[in-house]
Amino acid sequence: MTELFAILDATDADARRLHDRLARAAASEGLLDVAYRTVDSPYGPILLARTDAGLVRLAYAVQDHDAVLSELAARISPRVLRTSAGLDDAARELEEYFTGRRRTFEVPLDLRLARGFRAAVLAELRRVPYGSTTSYTALATAAHRPKAIRPTATACASNPLPVVVPCHRVIHKDGNPRGYAGGSGVKLALLTLEGAV
Amino acid sequence: MNPARPSRAGRATSPVWTSHVPGGRRLLDVSKPPFDEVVTGHGPAVLRVCRAVVGPVDADDAWSETFLAALRAYPDLPADANVEAWLVTIAHRKAIDVHRGRARRPTPTALPPDGVHHDPEPAGWAGELWPALAELPFKQRVTVAYHYLAGLPYGEIADLVGGTAAAARRASSDGITALRKSLEGTTLDIGATP
Repeated sequence: MTELFAILDATDADARRLHDRLARAAASEGLLDVAYRTVDSPYGPILLARTDAGLVRLAYAVQDHDAVLSELAARISPRVLRTSAGLDDAARELEEYFTGRRRTFEVPLDLRLARGFRAAVLAELRRVPYGSTTSYTALATAAHRPKAIRPTATACASNPLPVVVPCHRVIHKDGNPRGYAGGSGVKLALLTLEGAV
Repeated sequence: MNPARPSRAGRATSPVWTSHVPGGRRLLDVSKPPFDEVVTGHGPAVLRVCRAVVGPVDADDAWSETFLAALRAYPDLPADANVEAWLVTIAHRKAIDVHRGRARRPTPTALPPDGVHHDPEPAGWAGELWPALAELPFKQRVTVAYHYLAGLPYGEIADLVGGTAAAARRASSDGITALRKSLEGTTLDIGATP
């Protein structure tokens, strides 16, 4: 019988139309806890996710977007839907940054994924200006725990908002750009873009 | 260092949700997948069911209301629940609403009377299959849809529509027979006997 019912199958256009309609209805009913979309960048597709409070997660493709979405479902809410609604500003600012037309980000951020000392490190990291670099030692000192070099490095490595919270501006004492969410090549490219190296 | 032990860095962003291990044994689920996976995974099957049960005028609305209700309830859904059966249960409630509403409205037509096409390409299923489905009694139509389009076993269908599994099987079988007969001579004619 299944061959008879095959003509009931949705086309891709049907699926998109209904998905968009669902995302709109979910947002207007206050059920869209995490909205996400992907944007193209010179370093591959980037995942952007937001809550009502602001941009909550940014991830490079090498970070595995499916894994990142599962993590958001577990840590924030399973009510996660793909939609471009509400992420246009973040997408535009990111595009402007990558093309050298923007130095600071203005979209509201939701930093709930970083807690305690990690949140303190990210707060200091946000003060590191475009085009400059700092060290883990200096960052630890700024966060009032000068001996906590390793926890400071961990806070940078688990930064939920790379690029926007500029963990790429922290470099090892030996100058090696290793240990970046997007890969050391991307870290070096961002520092070059900013004229920091 | 023990080579079997995963590196700490590698664990930091690994997904918390795991559905099955290769042996088929279910692991303890500590969270559910993002709802978007539910929509992309089960949306097409639920749309087929909605189309077959409520027809072209109401199918999109029934689908949207089903997934909106599902999204609302999703955080409370047990992690080991059968998601497709759960969605069909919600869709069934929407179908009953449409069915009761229609009893107070004129006879269902293949296309919206106002000329507004909720479905952009209604010709195939809406033009030929739906009129035949619409002739079936409601219970036959839903048992056919839930069994052949959602793959629900008759025991679960009986839980939804009432009666016994045997009665659900009979309703589905009668529905299929009537459908074959009704489609004789159309482009969807697949023969009157199995």
